[in-house]
Amino acid sequence: MPLQSAYYPDYYSIDDILATQERIPCKFLQDVPKLGKLNPATEETDLKSGTNLELPIWLALDISTSRQPIISPDLPKVYKEAYREILKADPCAVDLHKFGLHFYELGSYVKKFDPRGDVADILIHTFTLRFRQIMDLTDNIISDPTVVQKLDMLERNIFKSAHDSKVKLISWLMVSEVPLEAASMVINHKKRKRVDEDII
Amino acid sequence: MFGEKAYILIKELDRSRDSLPPYNTELIGEIGNEIKQLIAQNQEDAQVTEDSHAAESVSYIPTVKIRHAAIKRNVRCILAYHYNRIKCLKTMRWQFGSILPPDVKANLSASEIEWFSQYSNSLVHYMRSIGEDGINLAVDLKPPKSLYIEVRCLVDYGQFELNDGSVLLLKRNSRHYLPRNECEELIRRGVLEHVV
Repeated sequence: MPLQSAYYPDYYSIDDILATQERIPCKFLQDVPKLGKLNPATEETDLKSGTNLELPIWLALDISTSRQPIISPDLPKVYKEAYREILKADPCAVDLHKFGLHFYELGSYVKKFDPRGDVADILIHTFTLRFRQIMDLTDNIISDPTVVQKLDMLERNIFKSAHDSKVKLISWLMVSEVPLEAASMVINHKKRKRVDEDII
Repeated sequence: MFGEKAYILIKELDRSRDSLPPYNTELIGEIGNEIKQLIAQNQEDAQVTEDSHAAESVSYIPTVKIRHAAIKRNVRCILAYHYNRIKCLKTMRWQFGSILPPDVKANLSASEIEWFSQYSNSLVHYMRSIGEDGINLAVDLKPPKSLYIEVRCLVDYGQFELNDGSVLLLKRNSRHYLPRNECEELIRRGVLEHVV
């Protein structure tokens, strides 16, 4: 499936659904009867106010924004002061994949919980500086294959499409006649079939 | 935890981006049950809150809200699952042609097969309606430079009849010099390979 042409996650976006499953620390402000099972640590039927829990961001967003918020969300630790300092110093040296698979997506959600706007700033700072590095990478793929593993999912997608267009450009410059090819899905399907045959 | 099964469903789809995993009827059913259960519980609690206006009773509003968020999430996952599968199926129509390989077809649900044949029909109908005798939009995806091209056969395809009436036998590893517009579809389907 091709990458969306403009980057804004829609309702059906698989990437967005995966990103919103990430958990963030939350504190309950109200009693929630009957939903004690949300907290695996206790066996009570009710959830008391004051409980600290990690909730997926899709739930946290929904119940923290109304007039009477049920929870107060907190920033995950990778967006806190200490980690922000690391990113401010040199974003290119960081293994962003270890920070979280969906660093930017999650960041753009949790930035609402940071009234001072530091998180938003650091996201842009990180992206602009690392973007140059990604573009360098696409030109010199062979140099070090492990570098790709340090990218988060959004960066990997950018890297992949940048690399694909690079390959297309080179092949276009080299050969004047464009050879006809089998469709990409057909090729993949054949490869998979070959593997199945080998097993038998 | 709510929405856990829906997450598994989406992850399964994410793992195979270029092909379709088998339609997971079982998991879809389980998620449907989870939604139904949540709705029933919500109705029950909402009823209780409505019936007792007195202040001493516990407030179920937060509970209802959380459950409702879970319902919305589950619905979103299920819709996204089907939508993205259909999108993939649509690409397949353009890449494989109107007949899907049997092992791909085995992964589809009954309604997906029906959707595919309907989409196929409308596409054919549309292509026939353009111009005087229709245009096949699935060919000439790359600008042609010459009318004839050299191709090599990759599989034992059998007999193939050209537009001028001559019949040739496409055997594995045989080479042919054919009109480009007639063999393009076979190249797309991986039967022939274009030799440059």
